[in-house]
Amino acid sequence: MSIDPGMLLAIAMMSAVTYFTRLAGFLLASRLSLRGRARAAIDAIPPAVLFALIAPVVLTHGWPETLAAAAAGIAALRLPLLGVIAIGIAAVVILRALF
Amino acid sequence: MTVQSEYQSSTADEIRQGLADIAPVLVAMVPIGLLFGAICTTKGWAASDVWLMSTLVFSGGAEFAAIGLWKWPIPYLALFVSTALVSARHILMGVSLAPKMHAFKGWRLWAAAWFMTDEAWALGERRARRQTITVAYWFFMAVPVHLVWVASTVTGSMVGPMLGDPAAIGLDFAFTALFIGLIAGFWKGATTAWVLVASGGASALVALTIGEPWNVLAGAAAGIVAAWFTATEPDEPESSSPEGHLL
Repeated sequence: MSIDPGMLLAIAMMSAVTYFTRLAGFLLASRLSLRGRARAAIDAIPPAVLFALIAPVVLTHGWPETLAAAAAGIAALRLPLLGVIAIGIAAVVILRALF
Repeated sequence: MTVQSEYQSSTADEIRQGLADIAPVLVAMVPIGLLFGAICTTKGWAASDVWLMSTLVFSGGAEFAAIGLWKWPIPYLALFVSTALVSARHILMGVSLAPKMHAFKGWRLWAAAWFMTDEAWALGERRARRQTITVAYWFFMAVPVHLVWVASTVTGSMVGPMLGDPAAIGLDFAFTALFIGLIAGFWKGATTAWVLVASGGASALVALTIGEPWNVLAGAAAGIVAAWFTATEPDEPESSSPEGHLL
């Protein structure tokens, strides 16, 4: 169960990079007060980042993923998170069997 | 701090709500964690290596990218660049969340940052639309993500070869569906629609042409620009968001 020193170094480096990015925004912006278009731009960060993360799966992997994403989107109008996940998974399984 | 939420909830309530909000996220994380641990074994990683990586790096995106690049001798520069690219979105996320974290003083802010995963951050943003993010809410919501991520990835590295293909039962889609549910919580009308069109279009296009993880930065940037140009009433004060009344 011993860990290779080179691997430890690589993991410590990645840990430092990840933590730096998580902390940097907090330290940069904790005194920021924005209005107007700048405010709208900052408010757009949550949906923009979240959709950018999943867009390759939703838009480029094929019809089952695209349609299952649409089904999850409709479910999201009404259901809590767990229901959205359940509908999305069920839809992708059914659609992959069909296509 | 002149504006408080309409009711003052107790610490016990905050803890309970934090745990309740994160529970479905934890369910969706387990198959991904198992999958990651299983992939690690294909690169010769022991359970102790996976434990160290998940504990210290604690980022699904960065860890999947790293294990994809992994070889001997260790490609330090490639690992650094990949981790920085995959993690760069955290800076934007922190800028957006920071003004809503005024309850966090000193070390609490530094500790809170350690636990800022995509999921914890999204739930924090959602919470901030209605009330103050308390220290109790944040840590009881965000820390379980760390525990479950470490436990599921280490378990995956031990049982990996027996697991089979998660895609066969649709579990590879769990994160996508989870994120769709989270996005729905940020809906603010036409501007959000344009943000999603721009972000999704740019991300998909860049993923097809240049490749991941550049698509995340391109999509985030396109969404932010779209919001800038489509914001309907740029000078309207934000009466609904508590952070608008700070300072």
